Amino acid sequence: MKAAAFDYLRPAGLGEALALLATHKDDCKILAGGQSLVPAMNFRLARPAILIDINDLDELDYLRADADQLKIGALTRHAAFHRPVVEGPLGTLLAKVVRHIAHYPIRQRGTFAGSLSHADPASEWCLVATTLRAEMVAKSARGERVIAASDFFHGTFTTALEPDEILAEIRLPLMTPDWRVGFYEFSRRAGDFALGMAVAATRVEDGTIREARLAVGGVADRAIRLGLLEDQLVGKPASLAIIDAIAREARGMIEPNGDIHASPEYRRDLIAASVKRALTEALA
Amino acid sequence: MSFVGRSLKRIEDRPLLMGQGAFAADCNWPGQLHMRVVRSPVAFGRILGIETEEAAALEGVVAIWTIADLDDLPPIDFRQMGLERLAPYRQFVLARDYVRYVGEPVAVVIAVDPYVAEDAADLVFCDVEELEPQLDATAEPMAFMPDVHPGLMSEPAVIRRGYGDLDAAFARAHRVVELEVKIGRHTGVPMETRGGLCVYDGDKDTFTLYGAAKVPHYNRDAISRMLGLAPGRLELSEGHVGGGFGIRGELYPEDVLVCAAALRLQRPVKWIEDRREHLLAANHSRDQVYRLKAAVDSSGFILGLKADFFTDQGAYVRTHGTTVTDLSAGLLPGPYVIPAYGVAGHIRLTNKTPAGTYRAPGRYESTFARERLIDAIAVELDLSPVEVRRVNLIGEAAMPFDRGFETLGTRVVYDSGKYADLLERVLAHLDYDRLQQQLAERRSGGELVGLGLGYFVEKSGLGPQDLVRMRLDMHGDIEIVTGVASVGQGVETALAQICAETLQVPIERIRVIHGQTDRIEIGFGAFASRVTVMAGSAVKIAAEALRASALEVAAKLLQTTPEVLRLSNGMIETVNGSASLLLGDVAAHLEQTGGLTGEGRFASSHMTYPYGIHAAQVRVDPATCAVTIERYVVAYDVGRAVNPMLIEGQIVGGVAQGVGGAFLEEFVYDENGQPLAASFADYLMPTCHEVPEVEVLLREDAPSPLNPLGVKGAGEGGINAAGAALAGAIDAAIQKPGAVAQLPITPGRLHAILRGGRS
Repeated sequence: MKAAAFDYLRPAGLGEALALLATHKDDCKILAGGQSLVPAMNFRLARPAILIDINDLDELDYLRADADQLKIGALTRHAAFHRPVVEGPLGTLLAKVVRHIAHYPIRQRGTFAGSLSHADPASEWCLVATTLRAEMVAKSARGERVIAASDFFHGTFTTALEPDEILAEIRLPLMTPDWRVGFYEFSRRAGDFALGMAVAATRVEDGTIREARLAVGGVADRAIRLGLLEDQLVGKPASLAIIDAIAREARGMIEPNGDIHASPEYRRDLIAASVKRALTEALA
Repeated sequence: MSFVGRSLKRIEDRPLLMGQGAFAADCNWPGQLHMRVVRSPVAFGRILGIETEEAAALEGVVAIWTIADLDDLPPIDFRQMGLERLAPYRQFVLARDYVRYVGEPVAVVIAVDPYVAEDAADLVFCDVEELEPQLDATAEPMAFMPDVHPGLMSEPAVIRRGYGDLDAAFARAHRVVELEVKIGRHTGVPMETRGGLCVYDGDKDTFTLYGAAKVPHYNRDAISRMLGLAPGRLELSEGHVGGGFGIRGELYPEDVLVCAAALRLQRPVKWIEDRREHLLAANHSRDQVYRLKAAVDSSGFILGLKADFFTDQGAYVRTHGTTVTDLSAGLLPGPYVIPAYGVAGHIRLTNKTPAGTYRAPGRYESTFARERLIDAIAVELDLSPVEVRRVNLIGEAAMPFDRGFETLGTRVVYDSGKYADLLERVLAHLDYDRLQQQLAERRSGGELVGLGLGYFVEKSGLGPQDLVRMRLDMHGDIEIVTGVASVGQGVETALAQICAETLQVPIERIRVIHGQTDRIEIGFGAFASRVTVMAGSAVKIAAEALRASALEVAAKLLQTTPEVLRLSNGMIETVNGSASLLLGDVAAHLEQTGGLTGEGRFASSHMTYPYGIHAAQVRVDPATCAVTIERYVVAYDVGRAVNPMLIEGQIVGGVAQGVGGAFLEEFVYDENGQPLAASFADYLMPTCHEVPEVEVLLREDAPSPLNPLGVKGAGEGGINAAGAALAGAIDAAIQKPGAVAQLPITPGRLHAILRGGRS
């Protein structure tokens, strides 16, 4: 478990980093927190010829909220979300979710953007980004583009990012105070990869659901937004009956994968349980 | 002042807490080379060739060897419980003709640094003609190595034990209760992986292997024999050891290879195992299937027990020989009378990592099987599981209780025990009837909660003997030299307390030397919960000898007789307090005539048998199949507790591992014999989140009559009945008697039970 040989580059600014990416493309990997990449290199599952360490790029280390978006710079660590980073439901949700990401020391180094770029199917941040319809800002020497969450995740460990691009910023829509959020995750042990998880967010007026966000993760090759069920929720009274109905529907909508920790059949039940618990919290 | 029986803080902790403890990987030598083992990527196949040219050409590579280069090395022999017919199944240090498991060493690379060594190892190509692997120990045996060993099958031995008239028992039976249960494949996973540094001293023409553990003297002799080294040319040295659990410190191919490399190259050679290698190559354990059939009368009393079981030994028979299977057969009857018993334990080879002992070997498994059987009898006869245990327990008057057969080459005689008394104490502690009522109420409220019990007999203090030498110097400091080893369990403190009890010296003045083959000629190591029993007794004998000579000399110096002298706080004084002398001064007086010393040798041909009970209360979440342990109690009678804090630590640590084996840890293989749990991402160790608070009822009701301290070993009681108690608790919680028939109880298996039939 010693990494294969690689060259290590540490650009001082974003321009330099993008130039290096343009030159080395597929031969290089970006090192931010390294909490997934470095173990993969030690197992020799990843053998990048070049590592581009972006930890000196202070211009990517920020969290900013404007009128309607939270902007998360590429060097923002998981630990930054331990306390709500914005007032209101979004900050609450992120603070709730972050405690399920691995363990405390890992959260001190690993980054939000790194998680999205890595695109592990069991990643909590990928689920959040999918649920909340995040926008990803990809930068390269060629310029900048914004990718919708629905177009960003292509499958296990694959995204829409080109080899010369860096995920420079993630934009999450702010939520007005009348939103309620819920999150539930089941894993074998605290801090393990999710076997099933769900995020739910609802806006309820006078007992009627006006808007809804719902997605599940850890059960397929990427997080899955349940748009149909979101539509079904809208206009319905917030009730135990609707929660049960939606959870049942979610169970049947997804063809989950199986591994040594959970069969597809078991995962189906975990989807139902996760959706039910996340929704219950969001409608409480 | 009393030292034995007090929870004194550990004297070995200072360097550990200061980050100064030196483990195997901390050993370094100028000019050292690094070894990397090339391992088989397939489970079973004939080796057609091993190509090393490309790897050898890499800059920094010093040597690459296959078995062809080490053809003179014999296979690794049995340390204990060897049988002649097991000999062909021993493992060579590198694969010969066949590979038999993923991870088997096929070649070894020696290079200037560990990175180059791993790069080179990646370039070694092992050409194997793959064969269908054997992955089920209960399947028909198949050829071990077709054409190399014609006719040699994958069942090397069947261990049989028995007594009494089984036919009569079954003829008289009110009912016959049958059961099949399985215990998954898991093992001890110490925080420190294996490793060693072998250093050649050209000046003296000797070798020292650093990084030794568990059985340094045995391994010194075994490696010397294999490499043809004359006595005195190889010494083993133990530093701090980050956990043993039975698996660390056994003699493995890598230990021999690192010494062979140092011998051939006459340079220091270091090997540190990585975690993936550890999970592939260090001993696995457990992995047994039991088929039990009990003849019972209407009260639930077991008239006779027939048992067949299968041990998945993995690819080869390693140093333990038949140990695990033998202990399983020997301790399956546990604390119960069972007047007639017949068992056949099948040792079966498969194409998985070879297996050996792991904390409570053969007992974690057999306790699970036996206690599941007791629960099944209770269900069958509609009795309470407590009542069935009560009627079967061996009575106090029957002690010492002779089982009528041997295990580990010693007759199984339970030396002492108040089994019924301990059960009543646990029930009282739990307020059992009221607790069961509360649980029933919660169940009617919709919760899935339940309580399970596991009763067990442990064994400890395996001989044959241990030797201790003790010296008190002119400053009053004491050095104890012993041949036992420390794997982190508190040996230094426990031995120091026993010494202090006799000599009345603060334990901080006592230094305990262990695991150094150049300091003492014999030593039998740290396993089978033997250290406090064997070395502890030897320390007591040595301390008494030292005390006698100190008193004798002091009496002369004080012009009085030894009878009027006593020891106190490092001094010898007259009982009336009129005169005193420092122990160090007595030592100074003896400096020219050999010093103030004592020697103790304790030999024992019988083991001691501690016993205990685990009680677990769990809650099952039916939506996710998560299990929460709400309460966990361990009652354990160790005869006499030298340091209760250390014992509680042993018990809590044991429970943690027991919970791991019951819920989390499992070496899963695919149909080709590829291991699917070869990192900590998939081989799940329990963490502080999963391990419950443990209530320990430490008892000293039945001291052992077999040693001067009355002690019984405390290392394995914490793990023994964890699987049994947790399985019973889950059955009770989901109100499906006998539902749990397989460990580990993963959420996936529990899901299958809740949605369908049994596990």
